[in-house]
Amino acid sequence: MNGAYIPTIGLEIHCELKTASKIFCGCPNVFGAPPNTQCCPVCLGFPGTLPVLNRRAVEYTVRMGLAIGAEIPAFSKWDRKNYFYPDLPKAWQTSQYDLPLVKGGRVAFMTPDGEKTVRIERIHLEEDAGKLIHENGFTRVDYNRGGVPLMEIVTLPDLHGAAEAVAFLTELKSIIKYIGVSDVKMQEGSLRCDVNLSLSRPGEPLGTRTETKNLNSFSAAARAIEFEIGRQTEILAGGGSVLQETRRWDDAKGRGYALRSKEDAQDYRYFPEPDLPPVVLDRAEVEAWRRALPVLRYERAGRYTREFGLSGYDAGLLTGDRAVSDLFDGTVALGANPKKTANLIMGDVLRLGREEGGEDVAVGLSPAQLYGLLSLIEGGVIGLAAVQKDVLPRIWNTDIDPETFVKEAGLAQSGDADEIAAAVREIIAQNPRQADDYRAGNEKLLAFFVGRVMKATKGKCNPKTVNEVLTTELKKR
Amino acid sequence: MSNIHSEKTEEILSLTLIEAGRRIRSGALSAVEAVGAAFARIGATAGLNTFITLDEAGAYRAAAAVDARLARGETVGALAGIPVAVKDNLSTKGLRTTCASRFLENYVPPFDAAVVERLRDADAVIVGKLNMDEFAMGSSNETSYFGPVLNPADETRVAGGSSGGSAAAVAARQVFGSLGTDTGGSIRQPAAYCGAVGLKPTYSAVSRFGAVAFASSLDQVGPLTRTVADNAALFSVIAGHDRRDATSAPDYQFLGYPRWESLKGRRVGVVKEFFGAGLSAGVRERIERALAVFESLGASPVEVSIKTFDAALATYYILSCAEAASNLARFDGIKYGCRADADGLSDLYYRTRTEGFGAEVKRRIMMGNYVLSSGYYDAYYLKASKLRTLIKADFDRAFSVCEILAGPTAPTTAFPVGRRVSDPAENYLTDVYTVPVNIAGLPALSVPCGRDGGGLPVGLQLIAPARAEDRLFSFAQCFEDETGGGERL
Repeated sequence: MNGAYIPTIGLEIHCELKTASKIFCGCPNVFGAPPNTQCCPVCLGFPGTLPVLNRRAVEYTVRMGLAIGAEIPAFSKWDRKNYFYPDLPKAWQTSQYDLPLVKGGRVAFMTPDGEKTVRIERIHLEEDAGKLIHENGFTRVDYNRGGVPLMEIVTLPDLHGAAEAVAFLTELKSIIKYIGVSDVKMQEGSLRCDVNLSLSRPGEPLGTRTETKNLNSFSAAARAIEFEIGRQTEILAGGGSVLQETRRWDDAKGRGYALRSKEDAQDYRYFPEPDLPPVVLDRAEVEAWRRALPVLRYERAGRYTREFGLSGYDAGLLTGDRAVSDLFDGTVALGANPKKTANLIMGDVLRLGREEGGEDVAVGLSPAQLYGLLSLIEGGVIGLAAVQKDVLPRIWNTDIDPETFVKEAGLAQSGDADEIAAAVREIIAQNPRQADDYRAGNEKLLAFFVGRVMKATKGKCNPKTVNEVLTTELKKR
Repeated sequence: MSNIHSEKTEEILSLTLIEAGRRIRSGALSAVEAVGAAFARIGATAGLNTFITLDEAGAYRAAAAVDARLARGETVGALAGIPVAVKDNLSTKGLRTTCASRFLENYVPPFDAAVVERLRDADAVIVGKLNMDEFAMGSSNETSYFGPVLNPADETRVAGGSSGGSAAAVAARQVFGSLGTDTGGSIRQPAAYCGAVGLKPTYSAVSRFGAVAFASSLDQVGPLTRTVADNAALFSVIAGHDRRDATSAPDYQFLGYPRWESLKGRRVGVVKEFFGAGLSAGVRERIERALAVFESLGASPVEVSIKTFDAALATYYILSCAEAASNLARFDGIKYGCRADADGLSDLYYRTRTEGFGAEVKRRIMMGNYVLSSGYYDAYYLKASKLRTLIKADFDRAFSVCEILAGPTAPTTAFPVGRRVSDPAENYLTDVYTVPVNIAGLPALSVPCGRDGGGLPVGLQLIAPARAEDRLFSFAQCFEDETGGGERL
């Protein structure tokens, strides 16, 4: 291996936006419907049909730009990218060539080596194509996906490795989800990326780059990057030169293949789309979108470590999903202890949320409910075990007040000193040998007695009180 | 058919569109009778080859429905019962729409074009689909897969194009009015050749939804009729905003036009470049007479210049071919239209498009892809886009000193069938006075302006600033009244 080569990577990320309808017609934007049931003459490109822009898709793309601190030009336009393929009904993709909706911006993210920043070149909006289905020697076309709004985010070549690229993609995905413009369901292909990669020695100009297209998972992107670094390194180390080409990645086989060379590159014959007027954005509207942006994960995680002393790992867990982070912030805002709130969320709330939501954690609890639970624990009314077992599952996805629920279900711990004292005396009487050992100095045995008392009272006693009463009673003899 | 019957047919068909409509609404004429007269005439003059598809069943059904509603005293639309026809690039639900191409020989649209919908909403009776140049590419109707349309004034000559069927059907009195499309003169030039009134509206005045695109930034749908008033009546039905066309103007309205007693104090611009070497003597003589009529009505002529005139034709062919190459790429054999037997995908594209398209369409697709290809884009498409801005500016300047421009619609009258088929470049020259108007997005009207020495119709083109269709009609009405529709010129 020649360790002197540094890989330089730029990404193009395609993300389907979750607008209610498609970008240029009224067809529903849904995944998984039977083939060719979500199309109309417009998205099928029938002769004489014309596009009508879905303004919501523009709003979503601009919001993405605002979230990464990009410039939002007042004027943007549409262009036709012309090429023949059966999944492209009009034989052109309506896209944006020289005047995209979003210019510039940057995404900061954390890597094991510290904070990194990737500069974004542009974000433009375009339409997705349909899908080819190859089976039994035939090729069928499903046009349901054709016309789904697709946001393309193009980075500058600021990445230098697979792990870094994945960390960036993870951060980008989080931003997209925080601002709510896409579900980013990888298995549904709603996020796909192309990898541009070249090798160079430090201080030397970048080498010839290749583009690996259409990677539809972060792990595929990582593997494709590793593969391509290895392949190019081998070529250069052997004295060869890398060819500028477009490549395909076969994730099942774990290897990439050349698709076409620079000479065979398609000429897309871009020109301004005459059927759509340019997009002229209203400054006041853009400002309103900017003001409505949520605080993003990176900033929230930083605040959690700085202000609440949480570890980076915990802060990452809490901010992985906006709903979880919103729950945390809301609960802390009500006056809850941040660390105790974090612990309860990272334990039980996340477990329940993952069971229900899978890739996206579902949050079935309001900050007020979580605050109520924490108060009950804090006040010794109920123990953590009972919260896990009896309370959380029952108030999840309801608006039931935890305190009322605990009271009505008879789950409240007994704080009555007489009742506890009676139980304690009984346990001591039943275990005279252990009591003597304790008095002889084996203080570890206190836990044994606490356990017995709790078991005898079915956990309804406040452990703190049990502790106090036991200490007193054991000293009595 | 008895003589009495055909006399009756003649009488009905000699009515103006407006008068026929009035009689139908008053009960003096039934819609079914009007439609019967139209089909009788279409049958008797079938040699003109004006129609690609007739819809007798649909037309009689629509006419009978109008008659029934009138009998019940119900209100009916502005064009109730009037037989009209539309160019075969305007989508008609359930009725094949071929664009005069082999490719779409059996294509039946699942929806109506916006203008067809408006005709139906106004209770007009659509009798069929009119012949045209293939995909509207041509100036003589000779590129049609279904054969050329002959000129009713002289059947050895072309009807013009691309809306040749629309102009000839109106001139031959087969229908009271028709719709055509105009990308570079395709309504005005055949109107001039056949002796009809043809309007190319302001770009964005009429919805293009459902009109099969040739060059999207230039295409407009417009009416062809025998009189100016009929034309305005048809235009008022099809004009106005349609949210399915993003380029349609949200605030455009056409509410009729004032009738002027004279043209006193009005300034008529005469574009000096329109009277250059290419203009035939016969047409020039008629147009000069027309300008004299304007003067006699009180208008003062003003000489103006469109300095970019020489570049307009090249600009037009670059822009229109580029857009056409892209617009026609959808005809790939995958979804609709014809599909050739083929071995593999690229062979499928190659064979289907080779078999489906005629020579002129292929020529323009190739020119369009050439001017858009990397390395040539700046020299052609980009330069043409800049010229578009300059041409618009030239018209703006001209309209700062006059209200309207008047000149020839085409440099010559209709030429013999077959003469120019072999020379596309010469054919393109027939558009020389009409294309600048499309490039600038302006409205223009061609009105009959008498006949040349050979007895062939001459067209006078009036051009107005954007959205000033009312002004075009007012001028044209004065001229029509004064000259008896050009016959007394």
